[in-house]
Amino acid sequence: MNQAALKNLLYRLADDQLILGHRNSEWNGLGPILEEDIAFSSMAQDKLGHSLQLYLLLNQLGEAEPDTVAFTRNAPQFHCCQLVELPIGEYDFSLIRHFLYDHAELLRFEALGQSSYEPLAQVARKLKGELKYHVLHANTWVKRLGSSTEEAIARLQQSLDYTLPYALGLFEKTEQEEAIIAEGIFIGEDALKARWEESIRAILSQTALQMPDLQILTPVYGGRTGEHTEFLQPLLDEMAEVFRLDPTADW
Amino acid sequence: MYGGGNTFEAPVKADGLENEDPILLAEFEARIARGEKIEPSDWMPALYRKQLIRMIEQHAHSEIIGSLPEGTWITRAPGFRRKMAQMAKVQDEVGHAQLLYSAAETLGKTREQMLSDLINGKSKYSNVFNYPTPTWADSNVISWLIDAGAIVNQLANAKGSYGPYCRALDRICAEEAFHLKYGHDAVTHMATGTPTQRRMMQEALNRWWPAIMTFFGPADKMSTHTEILMRWKVKMATNDDCRQQFLDMYVPKIWELGLTLPDPNLHKNEETGQWEFTEPDWEDFKRVINGDGPCNKERLAVRRAAEENGAWVRRALLSPQAKYVKPLA
Repeated sequence: MNQAALKNLLYRLADDQLILGHRNSEWNGLGPILEEDIAFSSMAQDKLGHSLQLYLLLNQLGEAEPDTVAFTRNAPQFHCCQLVELPIGEYDFSLIRHFLYDHAELLRFEALGQSSYEPLAQVARKLKGELKYHVLHANTWVKRLGSSTEEAIARLQQSLDYTLPYALGLFEKTEQEEAIIAEGIFIGEDALKARWEESIRAILSQTALQMPDLQILTPVYGGRTGEHTEFLQPLLDEMAEVFRLDPTADW
Repeated sequence: MYGGGNTFEAPVKADGLENEDPILLAEFEARIARGEKIEPSDWMPALYRKQLIRMIEQHAHSEIIGSLPEGTWITRAPGFRRKMAQMAKVQDEVGHAQLLYSAAETLGKTREQMLSDLINGKSKYSNVFNYPTPTWADSNVISWLIDAGAIVNQLANAKGSYGPYCRALDRICAEEAFHLKYGHDAVTHMATGTPTQRRMMQEALNRWWPAIMTFFGPADKMSTHTEILMRWKVKMATNDDCRQQFLDMYVPKIWELGLTLPDPNLHKNEETGQWEFTEPDWEDFKRVINGDGPCNKERLAVRRAAEENGAWVRRALLSPQAKYVKPLA
């Protein structure tokens, strides 16, 4: 097994889940209805748990412990896509991000269930059961709000147009892409993107929202190689604020 | 948590009761005396309804406002274990608000009206959340000791007379038991940890102790007359009883961890079996309740912003064009 390729993939998966989980948790106290505070918190807890499972796989491959990896790296050492770093904004943005992201993640972990790296395949088969509910949640709200008032439709459309280039950054390939596919670790980003596009179209077509032509959009790349938005480092500083007070402490 | 604690009572006037049907009133009181629960469709005096709405509503508000100071520390919690637990704990509190608003709605006031009264300052919430939580240790103090205080109050109220409120409290108390373990575990790690951690915890406890001592509300000798509310099993324990019970249960546990409390007069009088302490500053308490605390404006501003920013979502949900989507279709 090509360890460098495997670790590269695992870091991307884990960092995405950690950072979006952290962002989702910021909805505490701010949701448009209480039920959404609770739902975003549930998804945040799941995503944090997913990232932990993936960091544990990395730990088994010789990387540092999950707490060290998550709480002590700086932005250039993170491999998450820029989509997950963006601030929560208003509910329409967070909903659209959640919709675009979780459709991709469900398909990604379904595919990873067949990975040639058995420990990852096992984790993926467990995670996809939870991601299914994240997708159901996103679909419910996109369908409901996407066919309601003009105001809601306009907001969702604007967020969709804004967010899609970032969402395409989910499928940014790294120099390990060929090895990852050749080793049977993962089907690869192009194959995943094709499935994803079909999957989100199927939902959006049931709403008043228009799907932009993805061909003419410029994907926002860079996250996979440590190029991040201005928002990631402050997020990491906040996340590690207490942890760094006393690195020798058991909290 | 977080609710319970003191319910801010308007002076209860038993007059107005003469407008109630004396036969129905006698039957109502007899049912309560027999330990029966009153259900939403049952007859009840207007005063009973009003007091319960006030109490459950304040409790619900305390849950959502109370989720803010601890919520701030979700994004800062040190390490995976704490981060996940803090999220789950705060999420429970928001869930409690949801349960409680539903219980209050059975009495005829909508969630929207209640939230609107909260934002407009017509309706109160537990006063302790008007104080700041500047460190992780402050959040731990809330998780352990404010939750502990709330449990004392809520276990008493769970034996009250209004069915929907009691059932909500039963569920809430079951979750609170976990919060208490979580809070105690977090405080124990701090109090027995590195010098930095021990200093943080002691400072947080010193900051919070005066507020904790006011958590159950003013001393009985200064409280509004609540005899009728006790008879109707709306209020189940006096402020002093709750405070004494709390001190009995938790002061020894605090001392056991090597922490001190910033009140030189705090001790148990072995003859009376009662805790004695420096009388809390009730003038300051009143001032803070009435809006002049360190965080009143901030807390309500967050709530107001959430309501305003989310208004378009609620409008969309109520829109006749909106197609109902089965959540798990």
